[in-house]
Amino acid sequence: MDLNKKVATRQSYGEALAKLGEENENIVVLDADLAGATKTDIFKKAFPSRHFDMGIAEQDMISTAAGMATCGKIPYVSTFAVFAAGRAYDQIRSSVCYPNNNVKVCATHCGITVGEDGATHQMLEDISLMRTMPNMKVFCPSDDTETKWLIKEISKIDGPVYVRLARLATPVIYDENQKFEIGKGIQIGDGTDATVFATGVTVAEAIKAQEELEKQGISIRVVDIHTIKPIDSELIIKCAKETKKLISIEDHSIIGGLGSAIAEVLTDKYPAKLIRIGINDTFGKSGKAEELMKYYGLTAEGIIKAIK
Amino acid sequence: MKTVDIRELEKRARNVRISIIQEVYNAKSGHPGGALSCADILTALYFSQMNIHPEEPDSPSRDRFILSKGHASAALYAVLAERGYFDKKELTSFRNINSMLQGHPDMKKVPGVDMTTGSLGQGLSCANGMAMASKLNSDGFRVYCLLGDGEIEEGQVWEAAMTASHYKLDNLCVIVDNNNLQIDGQVSDVMSPYPIDEKFKSFGFETIIIDGHNFKDILEALNKARNTKKKPTAIIAKTIKGKGVSFMENQVGWHGKAPNEEEFKKAMEELCQ
Repeated sequence: MDLNKKVATRQSYGEALAKLGEENENIVVLDADLAGATKTDIFKKAFPSRHFDMGIAEQDMISTAAGMATCGKIPYVSTFAVFAAGRAYDQIRSSVCYPNNNVKVCATHCGITVGEDGATHQMLEDISLMRTMPNMKVFCPSDDTETKWLIKEISKIDGPVYVRLARLATPVIYDENQKFEIGKGIQIGDGTDATVFATGVTVAEAIKAQEELEKQGISIRVVDIHTIKPIDSELIIKCAKETKKLISIEDHSIIGGLGSAIAEVLTDKYPAKLIRIGINDTFGKSGKAEELMKYYGLTAEGIIKAIK
Repeated sequence: MKTVDIRELEKRARNVRISIIQEVYNAKSGHPGGALSCADILTALYFSQMNIHPEEPDSPSRDRFILSKGHASAALYAVLAERGYFDKKELTSFRNINSMLQGHPDMKKVPGVDMTTGSLGQGLSCANGMAMASKLNSDGFRVYCLLGDGEIEEGQVWEAAMTASHYKLDNLCVIVDNNNLQIDGQVSDVMSPYPIDEKFKSFGFETIIIDGHNFKDILEALNKARNTKKKPTAIIAKTIKGKGVSFMENQVGWHGKAPNEEEFKKAMEELCQ
């Protein structure tokens, strides 16, 4: 992990999307007056006739994308996570998921790491809302390399996809040789004192905790769950069998998110205690992203405290 | 577009109405009022206006129709069966478990259904998406979208109206089934959408007001829409909820209720005269 090279996954998304546009002419992009923030403006510059600004009207945008998908287009639809998964929930449900339409909802500005804009713009419930819908697949990539792989990979899935992207720049974890697979978590290290399941911006924090604990003689493993649905049950059970403690950490409510998804697997197949770190049934607030991560315990220190 | 004799269309529309009543009677549930009010419009589209191929329902170049007021599914299924997309016998399974004919239209189950609908207010946006795809590919197909007059109380409809006009979707034709009734009463009392034509006009649409049960009117309006360039058209079709069955006409109680045996017989007698 290169701590000095930081990239926000929204930036990786914008770059990957423009590249994908060259390779597949059926890719179209819809944005709701946020192309500069979601980074779809990179695609817009390259392919202006295939980029549609839908104005500040997210519900219309999602259903429009569904209509395009029925005609063979592959729409990537972007806005902030709160306006996609929240405001346009019923459109995603009725126009996209129920008819299994091929729409990729790529939502940026997830979680408290949105920062200064505060609670109205910090989406903490999207994993919960999106993964409950039949036909929907849910992803939360953790770094630049993984995001770029994912954005291309989901174009091969014929059906609805939700991708959760961050505003905050975080370290580049993986090099170009890393192998990724949809539905397969990535195990980093093979420590047996604890497993830390992380997703999105919290993966880098988990790796920092792993390095710090190593110095103290505590050996843990980190599992990057980039695919939250379908979740990697096999790997979760393997880690539950092989490690003494299980911890999950996410920039999301502890209700319905990554921790809940893991708890569901454990309850069904291998009952074990799980410590869930996340936003504890409260709205966020304004502040710098790093300050907020510290405030809510979404840091390496938070993980170390939970393990000890 | 096919040239069809108006008497032929009237005959087809009567068959569609008979099917609607049979569907709802067999299912013992459904929405006869709003299905009967749009029966003539759907008949005109499927038997005269739309470029469609029932033997190849997924043909990429076909014209599209979206029943945004999805609860009028009995009318859509009836017209699709009448047009030969599937056997009329299927209609007896309407709303039953294991039937492809769900309470609200499911595009993945029914040949000829171009969009899944049911949650009001979303169909026009979907229609826009199709019309935009048609322009992007230069496919040249047209898209028709039927909205309920109660349905246009949904805010998303006006987001979509802005989009249709902004992107100059002249291959899109909206038809409002203006039967003036919604579940809780007259639309003008519940939450008035009037003046409907002026609203669409101010959003940049060409607008036409017609008698939605007069085939000459309907065909003329659809032809005018086809020849309107650089902007979408909205046809405000004045209709009668429950049209064709005397005791259902203009009665709000027949929005979502099935006839009993006696009522069924009476309705069939009237329609089969």
